[in-house]
Amino acid sequence: MSRTITRHDLADLARGAALLGTGGGGDPYVGRLLVERAMLTGSGTITLLDPGELGDDDLVIPVAQMGAPTVMVEKIPGGGEAVAALRALEERLGRRADATMPIECGGINSMMPLLVAARTGLPVVDADGMGRAFPELQMETFSVYGVPGSPLAIGGENGETVIIDTGADNARMEWLARGITIRMGGVAHIAEYAMSGADVKRTAVPNTLGLGLRIGRALREAREEHRDPVQALAAAMEGTLYDKVRVLFRGKVVDVERRTVAGFARGHARLAAFQGPGELELTFQNEHLVARADGRVRCVVPDLICVLDADSGEPITTEGLRYGQRAVVVGISTPALMRTPEALAVFGPRAFGLDIDFRPVEDLVSP
Amino acid sequence: MRIGIDVGGTNTDAVLMDGQSVLAAVKTATTRDVTSGINTALAALQTQRAFDPAAVYAVMIGTTHFINALVEADRLAPTAAVRLGLPATASLPPMVDWPERLVEAIAGRAYLCHGGHEFDGRRISEPREDEIRQVAGELHRHGIRSVAISSVFSPVNAEFEQRAADILTGELPGLAVSLSSEIGRIGLLERENATIINASLRELATRIVDGLVGSLEGAGIHAPLYLSQNDGTLMDVDFARRYPVATFASGPTNSMRGAAFLSGAQTCAVVDVGGTTSDIGVLRHGFPREATTEVSVAGIRTNFRMPDVLSLGIGGGSRVRGGQGDVTVGPDSVGYRLAEEARVFGGSTLTATDVAVAAGRAAIGDPGLVRDLDRSLAEAALRRIASDIADAIERVRTSPDPLPVVVVGGGSILLPDEFESGPVHRPEHFAVANAIGAAIAQIGGEVDRIFPVEPGRRQAVLDDAKQEAVDKAIAAGAKPGSVRVVEVDEVPLAYLPGNATRIRVKAVGDLQLEGGRG
Repeated sequence: MSRTITRHDLADLARGAALLGTGGGGDPYVGRLLVERAMLTGSGTITLLDPGELGDDDLVIPVAQMGAPTVMVEKIPGGGEAVAALRALEERLGRRADATMPIECGGINSMMPLLVAARTGLPVVDADGMGRAFPELQMETFSVYGVPGSPLAIGGENGETVIIDTGADNARMEWLARGITIRMGGVAHIAEYAMSGADVKRTAVPNTLGLGLRIGRALREAREEHRDPVQALAAAMEGTLYDKVRVLFRGKVVDVERRTVAGFARGHARLAAFQGPGELELTFQNEHLVARADGRVRCVVPDLICVLDADSGEPITTEGLRYGQRAVVVGISTPALMRTPEALAVFGPRAFGLDIDFRPVEDLVSP
Repeated sequence: MRIGIDVGGTNTDAVLMDGQSVLAAVKTATTRDVTSGINTALAALQTQRAFDPAAVYAVMIGTTHFINALVEADRLAPTAAVRLGLPATASLPPMVDWPERLVEAIAGRAYLCHGGHEFDGRRISEPREDEIRQVAGELHRHGIRSVAISSVFSPVNAEFEQRAADILTGELPGLAVSLSSEIGRIGLLERENATIINASLRELATRIVDGLVGSLEGAGIHAPLYLSQNDGTLMDVDFARRYPVATFASGPTNSMRGAAFLSGAQTCAVVDVGGTTSDIGVLRHGFPREATTEVSVAGIRTNFRMPDVLSLGIGGGSRVRGGQGDVTVGPDSVGYRLAEEARVFGGSTLTATDVAVAAGRAAIGDPGLVRDLDRSLAEAALRRIASDIADAIERVRTSPDPLPVVVVGGGSILLPDEFESGPVHRPEHFAVANAIGAAIAQIGGEVDRIFPVEPGRRQAVLDDAKQEAVDKAIAAGAKPGSVRVVEVDEVPLAYLPGNATRIRVKAVGDLQLEGGRG
């Protein structure tokens, strides 16, 4: 069922997207402002399409921001980059898009398709290709299930566009695109994974923008009404594809260690129980990868590991982790589509160099 | 001798110090014009301890006057923001996320021009002189006398901001210019917001600073005047005229540093208990730890260098409710009406002060008026306060090491003599900790930039950054031999090549005074 998004929904969506970012994905603040501003002109609403509403032959072109979120807080976009990328890809394909879509529903990339939608009037498909945030472009259910990322269009603030076409080789596409992103100043806007409506229904994680909105609203209302944010979160997840919510740990951050390895912020954080013994260790690479309590794996990628402020329920990013924070760490199950052997080969624990097999959070932790 | 003055919303406190000792300390009421309150405080100091004005070699003032002007949207000048960054940044013009009321209060106008740098120092575009001249014409037409200039990645390279300033002041000689590169760090909107706020306060700053200088001269004091900044370091009056925004958080900073001085602890937690709230912060090496997240002031997102202070709704005037098993304290307070409403003053409201008196912690008002109070209720309320404050101290800790706790402020009688984390220090003169904090402030220099860190070069890059911070402190007036690095923070930036790392270094030293007196 299609629905509309107004400016008033954006703060909730940003909060929910931060949670789905599982510690990474970038702060959606600038992205939210971009959309808010773009919505001041035009109809003032954005149409969200359920994947089921797409015709099998419709053309969907997802858009995203690529590069360092830390640059985007300084070098704000001109505003036309993502639309320019979309138009360049349409030109290359010889066909206009019927809708746009996120490739990543966690963090700032939840907002980029809304920006394009607000500027072009295109509807946004309520689905994405990560079901969370991941650090690399090929970590997509789209590519797992056979949709190539190429051709990819990149747009910069001077109105320039670049097309990259590496055929079926998505890893090389990512590598070339990253080089151009650096030339464009560390952040660029891309359109990629153009696909048919039938491919969206087959390969995308459905209803993840709606899920972000729902999560953000639940956390806000819980805070306003002084209710437990984790219970509110669990209630919001009922009936969705992410319906197993487990509290992995409640405690205080006692150690954070970060370093840069191959362009990623890798590190560990340790939390100690508020009272008595017990410790949780988080391992992250931009996003959280694995949570171990007293040495035992409690939740592992691609399932979501989310750190929330114990009092306010606000999601805490890996960059924002610091000593003394009181936090609740929550594990959330991901849809079956993200847990198949093919999917795990691309974004399961071993794809991140972890010597662990994936096990669903609901098997590791009882409710 | 030197004089430290704290101009708060309610009280103006002043101390006369010689080296490490406090010769006199007074508390007077703050006045709207600021200066007459200071005149009164200076006269009161003279009364308490006669001194030769010529023997005063420095006066340090901390004030919340400028942040209050912003919060009240009062006394602000018409202001324009000029941003260099086109074709980037056009999507979010200056003041995009401000409360409408404040945009109106400063009659804010925004202009976008070409310029700006990339993260690695390349240029986004060349600034266009004709474009900036055109802005000058607009400013003239609208009668704007103060302008904020921002440029993308100006913390990495400030040349374009400077160039735009030269062009604008060439056209409009009387124009007051505030540069974002001198005010904030990476994060364009937040830095620009702080710069615009600064620009809107420039005229008020000139008026107030001139008044302060006049007050001192009237008292026969010809020593240099300094204002304390957010980070606990000092700025001279010329800097204060140009950067009033740098005083925004000096209140909590001075109280924390004053507490450290009075107690002798350099690394400690400070609990400042007032009438309505308790502010809890951490000092490292004598300086408050800064907030790492954006700080919102009057509804505007900024990245001020603010101390990371946790505020709890617990103070001497907090209302106490419930029974022994379910007692609550605050967050609401009778505030300045304590002297009428509290039980010990004959009122009918049970406050935290009343339970402290009933439990024998303090002798305030008439203890007889709370003699009938259930002693176990009073103890339960005090335990509640102690456990909430202890919890807050745990949250502000930065390491598992033992952390001494220093308590200041009139409400500190509510606190026990010991917390789980260690003993509590209650220094002498705790009521004027802010003014003492101002009197002992130092001079600082800071570096905050993205550095490429090649393999094996990390230490060399860090050393360069540290040296630059030390040089900046000396350039700002610190005594060379006394400068030391107090903070180093590295944040690797994901997705960028060459191990781009954001490095922040802060160095501080004692104020260099004429004749070598320190």
